[in-house]
Formats: sequence, C-alpha cells, structure tokens
Amino acid sequence: MKKIRILNWGLIPYEIAVARQKRLVRDVIADGADTLIFCEHPRTITLGRTFTPESLLTPREELVRLGFVVAPSDRGGDVTLHAPGQLVLYPIINLKRAGIELKEYLRKLEEVAIDFLRGFGIVATGDDNRRGVWVGARKIASIGIGVSRWVTYHGMAVNVSNDLLDFQVMKPCGLDVRMTSLKAEWGHAPDMADIYRRMGKSFLRIYG
Amino acid sequence: MGKLAHIVVPDLGDGIDTVEIAAWHAALGDLVTPDDDVVELVTDKASFNVPAPVQGRLEKIHIKEGAVAPIGAVLADIEIV
Repeated sequence: MKKIRILNWGLIPYEIAVARQKRLVRDVIADGADTLIFCEHPRTITLGRTFTPESLLTPREELVRLGFVVAPSDRGGDVTLHAPGQLVLYPIINLKRAGIELKEYLRKLEEVAIDFLRGFGIVATGDDNRRGVWVGARKIASIGIGVSRWVTYHGMAVNVSNDLLDFQVMKPCGLDVRMTSLKAEWGHAPDMADIYRRMGKSFLRIYG
Repeated sequence: MGKLAHIVVPDLGDGIDTVEIAAWHAALGDLVTPDDDVVELVTDKASFNVPAPVQGRLEKIHIKEGAVAPIGAVLADIEIV
C-alpha cells in the first residue's frame, strides 16, 4: 500500500483550509507523502473557475446577511456550498508518482464516496458527464479539484447531515438538481467520528 | 533574441481532448521558471496549472483566456534566459 498521511482539521474556515492545502501541495511537490485531509467548513458558498452568475439564485449581499461566507475558489467547477455536517475530503496526491491520470482520479474520488455510501446500504453512482455522486437523480457529493505540478488539491464534499435547505440559494454546480444527504437517505444522523473512520477506510480501499 | 521554448497543453490522459484557458498567471515580459504556475487550464471539474518548461521570459501568448485548445497546442513562447 502507498504511504498516505491522514489529517483531520475538524471545523475550519474555508480560506484557512485553502492556504493550508497549498502549503501541503508544496510539500508533496517536494516529494512529501501524499496526504488526505478531512474537514468541515462553516456555511460557505464557493465560486469555482467555471462559475456563472446565474448559478446563484440569491444576491451576494443577501447571502452574507443570511450568514454565508462567499468565497471565490481556484478549483474546477461552478458554485457549491459547504456547511457543518458535510464531510469534505481534500486529497493532496502526486498523480504522476501514483500513476493516476486526471479523469481516472476524478472517477476514483467518486468511487470513494460510492464505497462509503455502500457501507450504509445506499446505492450511489458516478456520472462521467455531470460528475459528482448521485443517489438516483439526487446529488449527494460534489467534486471540484485543482492541480499544480501534478499534485491535487481541493476535492470532494459529501452531504452527511448538513441542512439541505441551504442549497436553495443556488443551482449546485450550475445544475437544476435536488440535493440529498446521508441523513436524508439513511433516516438518521450518523456520528461524525464514525463517518471519518469509514471514509478513511473507503479512501484507502480505492487508492491503496 | 535568445532561443525559444514553448508552453504546450500537456497530455492529461484518456478522455481529455481539449481544455479551456482559465487564466494566465504571468504577463508578457515576466520572468518565469519551472517552479511557477504560468497558465491555468480547466477541464471536467479540474483546474490544472502548467509551469514554465524552462526559466525564461514570457515572449508571446498564442491562446488567450477563455479560448479552448486541444492537447499539444502551443500556448506561449518563452525566451530562454
């Protein structure tokens, strides 16, 4: 199995997490060990590199009044939302060293969430055209990454027990789509410590 | 003028034939090195940064922000210094 560090940053502001990831990217470029970060963010709406203003259904001033942080992001993709109870994975992985192609990496990220959800008896699928992870027509995980010198940052957000009403202010990833969560599909809110443990196992199963 | 090198759209692997140029992080005349992300490409939920292949000055940008380019396309010339 490849050596990988797993870090848990807990609840951390989005922009601090980005700055910390960039330090780790430099470390991995300099041949440091691949690293998987788990965290959650306070309510934050991030605007990715292919953001289109029509994807926000609420004016930005109103979003701030509602308590959201609105942050531009250098990941791929359109708009997305983070909130406590949503598990965020930031794998900092040297794709060249790991021998993984870019599209294959995006697919593997989806597979991690699919494997994780299978543990709860939830059947989820990836989608090569729309990306993300889906339970039927409902979206449960969103993907958007950055790559520098073949080292990845940003990653995937999986809705666990976050309030799905928050998504009403936007078209997630620019799509007219209904969002779902593990809590909505499974019936009750799982324990976050258990969630971290299970997701770590799924990640190692797919990347190991 | 010194010898020229080129920044090209790298082979990103199976299933990726074109990319969009999201941003140039350097301007004409800037000194760039293999440690600098010079141009950012986007494809399929990924933002991919390309460094300079050699140290030099950004001499000419062939493909501007917002345009789409195939794998292997020459994005810019670098005058080696």
